[in-house]
Amino acid sequence: MTVQLIAASPIDGPMALRLLAILASASLTDNILLARFLGMCPFLSLSRQVRSAFGMGLAVIFVTTCTVWINWLLYAHILLPLEPYGLPADSLKLILFIVVVAAFVQLMEMLIERISTRLYYSLGIFLPLITVNCAILGAALFMTTSVTDPAKHYGGLDSLVYGFGAGAGWFIAIMLLAGVRSRIKEDSIPPALRGPGITLIIAGIMAMAFVIFQGMIKL
Amino acid sequence: MVQPLSLWLVVLVATGLTCMLTTLLAGLLLLAERFLVNYGPCAIDINSGDRQLTVEGGQTLLAALKSEGIFIPSACGGRGTCAYCKLKITDGAGPLLPTEEPLLTKDEIAADVRISCQVKVRNDLKINIPQELFSIREYRGVVKRIRDLTHDIKELRIALTEPETLEFSAGQYIQLQAPAYDKSPESVYRAYSMSNPPDDNRAVETIIRLVPGGICTTWVFRYLTEGDEIAFSGPYGEFRLSETDNEMVWIAGGSGMSPFWSMIRHMKTAGIERKTTYFFGAVAKRDLFFVDELTELADELPWFEFIPALSAPADGDHWTGETGLITEIVNRHVTAGRNDLEAYLCGSAGMIDAACKVLADKGITEDRIFYDKFN
Repeated sequence: MTVQLIAASPIDGPMALRLLAILASASLTDNILLARFLGMCPFLSLSRQVRSAFGMGLAVIFVTTCTVWINWLLYAHILLPLEPYGLPADSLKLILFIVVVAAFVQLMEMLIERISTRLYYSLGIFLPLITVNCAILGAALFMTTSVTDPAKHYGGLDSLVYGFGAGAGWFIAIMLLAGVRSRIKEDSIPPALRGPGITLIIAGIMAMAFVIFQGMIKL
Repeated sequence: MVQPLSLWLVVLVATGLTCMLTTLLAGLLLLAERFLVNYGPCAIDINSGDRQLTVEGGQTLLAALKSEGIFIPSACGGRGTCAYCKLKITDGAGPLLPTEEPLLTKDEIAADVRISCQVKVRNDLKINIPQELFSIREYRGVVKRIRDLTHDIKELRIALTEPETLEFSAGQYIQLQAPAYDKSPESVYRAYSMSNPPDDNRAVETIIRLVPGGICTTWVFRYLTEGDEIAFSGPYGEFRLSETDNEMVWIAGGSGMSPFWSMIRHMKTAGIERKTTYFFGAVAKRDLFFVDELTELADELPWFEFIPALSAPADGDHWTGETGLITEIVNRHVTAGRNDLEAYLCGSAGMIDAACKVLADKGITEDRIFYDKFN
């Protein structure tokens, strides 16, 4: 006998529940890092200290939220309407999205430098690095499949919440890893496994834990 | 039902769309740069009121000072690796950057010392510049002579044209400017010690070893010819003979010969008669140069001894001199417990680190070891 935790998909429920479900699935059950394995590079290299992980995590949340929404505008209002005319929206989105992400990161870097020099310095080199974080492009691409999926049919607000959720998921994952790594005593690890080796093992165990969440919220 | 467009039109629309978006974003960025990164003119106060500069904000402090004719030593060309461009910034520099932290000691951080190629001028600054750095300026010259010293080391002689003389002390270095060429899209500055004695002040000589893949050395070896115009700045550096009468040990490898070739001839003409032993290390005979000249000097000057050493002499070398790593030779020749000995080192970082260890074992304290490290 199977027990269904949630009978009806919350995606068809009231607005608030729908957004909450999108947020929870994006950040936890469908975690972009630990369930989709995107953005591994900064995840491994910037998780040595909780402080730098925190800075990078916040920056990723901000950029993902904004770029997923801008890319939704681009996709839903320009690319999709042109698709019936033969425009290859699926190939074109890849090029356009990465251009938007790169430009947005540059813009944000200038903005933060101007508004708060302190925040700019504390983020340091992590800021420009966000451009090459594949989790950001990945989130935008997952968003497009949810837009065309007739069961989900993401709108602007959904995409905004999804972008925030994906960024928040990345933030949670890197903070967890940084927390674990800062408590590890390197001396007790065999020399060959120190550094990247043990980090990959920890990340793998964390990913297994997150796989269990999968399917808890069926969208 | 809409009619699909023809393939050509689709390609045109797709390209147009991409171009439009890119142009739009580029325009947005340019606009943002115009308004956001525009810091306007900023005032730089040097040595509490000695000099006042007004520079355009947004650039690095090193670049701003250079545009005003103040040359701060920098061997890496503003990449934040050599840590030569340290300056005391007493006001307005903002918090310490992660790129500066590894290059500064705790004492330096506490004393407001910063890396001037990393600090951006965003507001008015108050800085301290050591007086001797003001004598550093840009020079122009003509390449008078390029000669091969070994298969991979050349000697360069530059006759000064603007200004016509350069006052320096033996051991100091210049920063040669390699212009943009097919291997490097922008001009770079690289540091080379002067090898001519200071009384030869109407020209600059330097000894350059070809670094495989090196931007400046490749340019010197492949493109530079006699008669070419060349620009450099200088003189830089604290590597020079001390004012004491202590006995000296000199240790050099390869193009590390440069400062000592200048020093020994300076000592001879200036009548400085300090007991000096010069250890010069090379791999095989084909890497040796100036041996005849230095041996002659050693015969002539009773206070000077020259010891060349080969680490791996070739079969046909018929080498009868010292054999082994330069550190082993030094270890053999220098007696321990000499606390009046001064050591001068010039060469690769690996050689210097190894030699410093040997010298420390001999009881020579850190304040008596002076070096010029290649990195």
